[in-house]
Amino acid sequence: MTPPPRPVPPGAAGRRPVVVIGAGPVGLTCAIDLASRGIPVTVLDEDDTVATGSRAICWAKRTLEIWDRLGIGQRMVDKGVTWSAGRVFRGDRELYRFDLLPESGHRRPAFVNLQQYYVEEYLIDRARDFPELIDLRWNHAVTGLDQDGQGVSLTVATPEGERVVEAEWVLAADGARSPTRTRMGLPFPGQRFEERFLIADVRMSADFPAERLFWFAPTFHAGQSALLHRQPDDVFRIDFQLGPDADPELERTPERVMPRIRAIVGEETPVSLEWCSVYAFRCARLARFVHGRVVFVGDSAHVVSPFGARGGNGGIQDADNLCWKLALVLQGAAPESLIATYDEERGRAADENILNSSRTTTFMTPKTRAERHFRDGVLDLAAEAPFARLLLNAGRLSRPCSLAGLSLQTPDPSPPPDGLRPGDPCADAPVVDAAGRAGWLLDRLGGPFTLLVFADGVPDPGRLAGLAPGLAVVVVTAGAGAHGPPGVAVLHDAEGLAARRYGAAPGTAFLIRPDAHVAARFAGLEPARIADALARAGGRPDASVGRAA
Amino acid sequence: MTGETMTREPGATARLRRDNGFSGGADGVYESLIRAHRGLGDDDSAALNARLVLILAHEVGDPEVVAAAITLARGSLHRAGSAPDEV
Repeated sequence: MTPPPRPVPPGAAGRRPVVVIGAGPVGLTCAIDLASRGIPVTVLDEDDTVATGSRAICWAKRTLEIWDRLGIGQRMVDKGVTWSAGRVFRGDRELYRFDLLPESGHRRPAFVNLQQYYVEEYLIDRARDFPELIDLRWNHAVTGLDQDGQGVSLTVATPEGERVVEAEWVLAADGARSPTRTRMGLPFPGQRFEERFLIADVRMSADFPAERLFWFAPTFHAGQSALLHRQPDDVFRIDFQLGPDADPELERTPERVMPRIRAIVGEETPVSLEWCSVYAFRCARLARFVHGRVVFVGDSAHVVSPFGARGGNGGIQDADNLCWKLALVLQGAAPESLIATYDEERGRAADENILNSSRTTTFMTPKTRAERHFRDGVLDLAAEAPFARLLLNAGRLSRPCSLAGLSLQTPDPSPPPDGLRPGDPCADAPVVDAAGRAGWLLDRLGGPFTLLVFADGVPDPGRLAGLAPGLAVVVVTAGAGAHGPPGVAVLHDAEGLAARRYGAAPGTAFLIRPDAHVAARFAGLEPARIADALARAGGRPDASVGRAA
Repeated sequence: MTGETMTREPGATARLRRDNGFSGGADGVYESLIRAHRGLGDDDSAALNARLVLILAHEVGDPEVVAAAITLARGSLHRAGSAPDEV
């Protein structure tokens, strides 16, 4: 049912298919994702440097899996500091330790810490692997924007003077203070928090573990909380809660910052201050992320507090959700209405991130005596009473959002009690291919729509024939050494983890979206139902072969 | 580091559940408690909490569990870090 992709001509003459405004982690991820799907992209950035200071540092498992799909995950992991555990202290007493990924059998850890300037450098290097498709333009500042129903006309200040750039679609990845958002006069409603925080990156030789360390009422700092993360190159991120009355200009001076650092590491350890900033934050989002042919991604669309690492990771998932849809629309394989589901799906994720971030802030900054009693009561009980640890909120760390129940997913009439539901992000698992090579299931998902079939042994080629053209098929077998028909990948679920994590019995099949989310689940290979689900997931619910046949 | 020991017999709180009693919704429960106090002065907040305790004690029902909860709560008062002038 899916027509073969129409090659999209590079936009030398006429409109460029996609222009991305902003070469940060989200804009660059968009460019590489689109290029990996054959779409030419122009990226405009107003300067020619990577991020100043480390900024976003905690990259979640899901983000690493997205970057794996784009061929840059391993470099991020190789350089980054891997961690899965965190500790919560009150004063110098450890209340408890938690592990975000307490099981093995996953390619990627819960988190990798990596300075944003490294992330941007590696993404730029990767983008240069697509010289025919990605056109990176530094020192190109957008100064004007007009759009009609067919495209967008950008006025751009370049080193060679002002230019007009025509685009079919524009992705605004220009950050929390998005000039595009301002230019279009879009309100950015939300909640501003009064509390001020000092964030400092220091280079020092210290033996803090590769874990997230969070203190309430730290002994080394008079404020209410502190947070420490290890980064590569012996750089540590320390976040000090300063209270609502702190003077931002004063508090960012080295004379004020260094004593706070010294209080942690003592006078003897050599320390150099790499970067620091004093910030307050807000939780806010655009009411809609899609405005005609301009689509907002990352911080331009939504902002949260840094606690929980939901900003950068949320933005990378925006890119992951949007780019396959945009590619299908540009190739003529899906209607333009598919882009509206980006707003539906990522709007839910933004709401989830804002809710979690706001709750963490409420816990960290009690505003009345009643709130303080609740907060301190939780802290007093947490070491002894496990239930209080569930209430203690020092950050709810980024996890991928489930898209269950939204319009592209086919409802599952009888979901298994344990396992993946339509809308869930795909789980990873170790697998062995037909040649005996060990690998990971997620490496086989994402890209085109894929039918993931669980089976006992060698699949019957006849049962796999007649499925929709263009649909990739991956068979996961309980037994080793099976070979499939041509074009069908057969993977051995050597440890049984894939079947367990998906909640799959032999015969169960899943339709997997290009962003590695489950679109539908089937109890068996039913071509008509699979075709219906594929049409629905591709934004053409009325165009199914199953219904037309 | 507080050096504090609980001044009660071992096992007094053994009747309290150790599992996740919030069914994954702990943050929502905490938020609803905080919201319930919005706009109330200190006296009204304390009065609200007293009423909540009475209602929840009735929902728990088992007097031994209520007694165990009281023991746990009393034992945790004035830990290092809490502000005694506010307790």
